[in-house]
Amino acid sequence: MVLELYLDLLSQPCRAIYIFAKKNGIPFQMHTVELRKGEHLSDAFAQVNPMKKVPAMKDNDFTLSESVAILLYLMHKYKVPDHWYPQELQARARVDEYLAWQHTTLRRSCLRALWHKVMLPVFLGEQVPSEMLATTLAELDMNLQVLEDKFLQDKAFLVGSHISLADLVAITEVMHPVGGGCPVFEGRPKLAAWYHRVEAAVGKDLFREAHEVILNAKDSPPANLIIKQKLMPGVLAMIQ
Amino acid sequence: MGLELYLDLMSQPCRAVYIFAKKNDIPFQLRTIELLKGQHYTDDFAQVNPLRKVPALKDGDFNLAESVAILLYLSRKYKAPDHWYPQDLQARARVDEYLSWQHTALRNCCTRAMWQKMMFPKYLGHSVPPEMLAATLAELDRCLQMLEDKFLRDQAYLTGSCISVADLVAITELMHPVSAGCKIFESRPKLEAWRQRVEAAVGEKLFQEAHAVVLKAKDMPPLMDPTLKKNLMLSLQYLLH
Repeated sequence: MVLELYLDLLSQPCRAIYIFAKKNGIPFQMHTVELRKGEHLSDAFAQVNPMKKVPAMKDNDFTLSESVAILLYLMHKYKVPDHWYPQELQARARVDEYLAWQHTTLRRSCLRALWHKVMLPVFLGEQVPSEMLATTLAELDMNLQVLEDKFLQDKAFLVGSHISLADLVAITEVMHPVGGGCPVFEGRPKLAAWYHRVEAAVGKDLFREAHEVILNAKDSPPANLIIKQKLMPGVLAMIQ
Repeated sequence: MGLELYLDLMSQPCRAVYIFAKKNDIPFQLRTIELLKGQHYTDDFAQVNPLRKVPALKDGDFNLAESVAILLYLSRKYKAPDHWYPQDLQARARVDEYLSWQHTALRNCCTRAMWQKMMFPKYLGHSVPPEMLAATLAELDRCLQMLEDKFLRDQAYLTGSCISVADLVAITELMHPVSAGCKIFESRPKLEAWRQRVEAAVGEKLFQEAHAVVLKAKDMPPLMDPTLKKNLMLSLQYLLH
C-alpha cells in the first residue's frame, strides 16, 4: 500500500508536506480532506487522526499527525538530500530551533491574519472588529521582523546557504496572509528576496500548484448555516 | 568555556532540559536567569538569546534557543541512550509527534492554569474572574484526556515501553498546575501510574531537585516592587485571554 497523505492545501502545514513529498519524488496517494466542508470532523477521518486535524499520514498501519513529525518521518524514510535536514549537529539544531519556535509565533499570527482579514468575514459571515484585525496584523508584523532579524539575517536561506525544512514551513506560513491580501513583502526587500529564492529552489510550477487553493481563499463561497455551526467552535479554538 | 545552560527552574521547558542534562551526566555550567526578576530582559542575556527566553544554550560560539532543539542537540552531541530519542523510524516519529503537539496544547493550558490559579492572584495581587479560571481548568482537563487517550494509551510511557524526551517534556509541564494545587492526578489512575514510572526512571532525587523551585512558588510572598509588578503584568497579559 502506497503512503497516504490526508491534506487540504488551504492549510499551511499541508502545503509544506505536499511540496516536500512532490519535490523529493516521494510516491503518495493524496486524500483531500476539505476543511471548509467539515470533512475533518467525519468519523471516517477520525480513524486516521483522532485529533481531527490535517495534515495526517498513513503508512500501511502506521498513522501519524503533526506536520513537523510527518516531514521528519518522510525525510528519514525516503533518504532525501542532506540540506533538507542536515546531519551536521549545529545546522540541524538551527532547523529544529526554527521548527519549534514557529508553532506559537509565526504560525499563529499567519493563521489569525488570514481568518480575521478574510475567512471569518467572507466564508463564515462574521465581522471582525477593526481593532482586533489591527492587533493581529501588528503581531504578524512583529513575527515577520523576528523571522528576518533572528532567523534569516544575511543568509540565503533560514539556516544557511541551502533550502531546508525550515524554509518550507516558513514560506507556506507566510503565503497564508498573502492569500488573505496582506502585503507581507512590501517594505521587506530581504524577505522578498528570500521568498524568490525559496520559490526557485522548490520550482515555480510546484510552488504555484501548492498555493493555488490559498491564493483563491478570498473567493471562498460563504458557508451555509449548518456548515457554519459545525465549523465555528473548531475555528475559534484554532485562532485563539 | 564549556557548555552553558541558561535556565530558570520556574519554567517547564527549563526543567526538562535540566533533568535531561543531569540524568545523562552532561557537564554544564548552570546560569540562572530569574524570570520573575526580569533577568531575561537584560542586554547581556539578549546576546545569548535575542528572543529573550529561557531555556537557552551556549556551547562555545554556538547559541541555541527552544527547549526541543536544545534537548535534541544535547541528545545527539552527548550520545544519550537511544530510548531518549530513538533511531527507529516509527518510535522517533511518535516522539516528534508529541513534541510538536504539546507546544500549542498541553504547554499552553499548563502555563495558564498555574498563573491564573496561583501566580496572578497570590504573587501579583491580580484576581482572575472565576469563569476564566473555570474555562482554563476545563481546557487543561481536555488536554489531559488527550494525553491519556491519544499518547499514553496502554503504554508504559508516552511513546512506548521506555522513557523518552516526550515524557520529560510532558511531566515537567504537568508539574506546573500541580504546583498551583491542581489535583490533576487524583482522578486519573493511569496518568498517576505513568507519573510514578517517569519519576522512578528519572530518579526521585533529581526529580525533586528539578521541581524544588516551582513547588515552593505557592509560598512566595506577594511582589511589592511596583515597576517589576507592572512589567510582569504587561508581559504576561497574554495569559489572561
